[in-house]
Amino acid sequence: MHRFANPARFLRLAKVILPWSNAIAVLCLGSGLYFALFGSPADYQQGESVRIMYVHVPSAWMGMFCYTAMAVFSAMALIWKHPLADLLAKATAPVGAAFTFLCLLTGSLWGKPMWGTWWAWDARLTSMLILLFLYLGYMALVNAFDDPERGHKAAAILALVGAVNVPVIKWSVDWWNTLHQPASVVKMGGPAIDSSMLVPLLLMAVGFKAYWISILILRGRAEIAGQKIRVIRMAQIHAASQGE
Amino acid sequence: MESFQAMLHMGGYGGYVWSAYGVGIAVLALVLVLSLTSARKAEAELDVLQQARRARRGKDLGGTDSESQE
Amino acid sequence: MTRKQRRLYFVLLGMLALGGAVALVLTAISDSLVYFYSPTDIVTQRIPEGRRMRIGGLVENDSLVKDGKTVTFKVTDVTNAVPVSYTGVLPDLFREGQGVVVEGRMEKGGHFKASEVLAKHDENYMPKEVADALKKSGQWNDGKTK
Repeated sequence: MHRFANPARFLRLAKVILPWSNAIAVLCLGSGLYFALFGSPADYQQGESVRIMYVHVPSAWMGMFCYTAMAVFSAMALIWKHPLADLLAKATAPVGAAFTFLCLLTGSLWGKPMWGTWWAWDARLTSMLILLFLYLGYMALVNAFDDPERGHKAAAILALVGAVNVPVIKWSVDWWNTLHQPASVVKMGGPAIDSSMLVPLLLMAVGFKAYWISILILRGRAEIAGQKIRVIRMAQIHAASQGE
Repeated sequence: MESFQAMLHMGGYGGYVWSAYGVGIAVLALVLVLSLTSARKAEAELDVLQQARRARRGKDLGGTDSESQE
Repeated sequence: MTRKQRRLYFVLLGMLALGGAVALVLTAISDSLVYFYSPTDIVTQRIPEGRRMRIGGLVENDSLVKDGKTVTFKVTDVTNAVPVSYTGVLPDLFREGQGVVVEGRMEKGGHFKASEVLAKHDENYMPKEVADALKKSGQWNDGKTK
């Protein structure tokens, strides 16, 4: 585990991965957008409005995926004091928040014409809104302390506590009556979605994953540089106070 | 031209579909730009600090030992 | 080493306790987490008149009657059905045989007066041609668990 703990090694690895994740993101999102908007058929019931699904569903997956990643990084930071894990958890939070926000917004834009309402307080929608608040809480908490160490620790605990929400989101549609329909792609007996519509959905999903990796690398680099800057500044202050 | 109109119209759902994609692209682009600028800014600042430190060390030690840091 | 293990067990135990607590709470308040009741719930539980609530089910085939701006239809879960009347704009997906959630009050005689009608769609996505082909070949199961 600690083989990857070294920031210098992370930076070397990041340099190799970044062009690939960028290329995959551009290719998948480009072709995904084409298929989502033009190259796929309209739904037999929902007509053209089904195209919102190709943003909505991958965003929802990413919202839950990023939170899981954040919780795992946080656990690694708390248990093994892995020096990079805190930074990666912190770097993931804004991406997850952005996708969760997109999921809620596109869901609303889809719900209005199809269900007849922008919003319903059913278990799926409510638990997804809680996920957004957990991200916002995490981002506020991680920056709320003068000592970054304490901020990381407090935020990591919040991330772990909030992780119970993820399975609740996933299975809310099975546990309770909801306005939201149950899962289409990941279900027993194969996906309930035609292959012509599965293609853009999966392209967008892979593109979003690659986008997350690119952003994680960029934000990770910023965090590592920020930490080095702090160390140098502290050394300068220390040297100045010694009357050099 | 007609098909372009049909594309915008999206069977009557144009407003919903296009605003979903518009906001989607805007949000992801915003996160990308913010991440890129924060990485560039932090790395540039670090560069300046490290060069200044290197230069100072070089002066202190008569310019012989400028690479020994880190 | 031992400190790391202690922290690991601490975190695992904490997550386990938290998960258990949340599961207990969710089970306890499960009734209020339900977004709607089924027609069977309504028939068997004798819901008092005038209480605001939601009923969900399928719009029964051949039950839809339009009278100007007012529509009446039956919401069914196959075993039981509740007659509903509603005045207003219906969502695009509203049709017979399709899932629906109605919000409103029970009136005398087991009649439900809806103030809001929401369409519920199923988890099946396919182009029209595929749906037609499935219907033609008799493999269509209405997309619903009947």
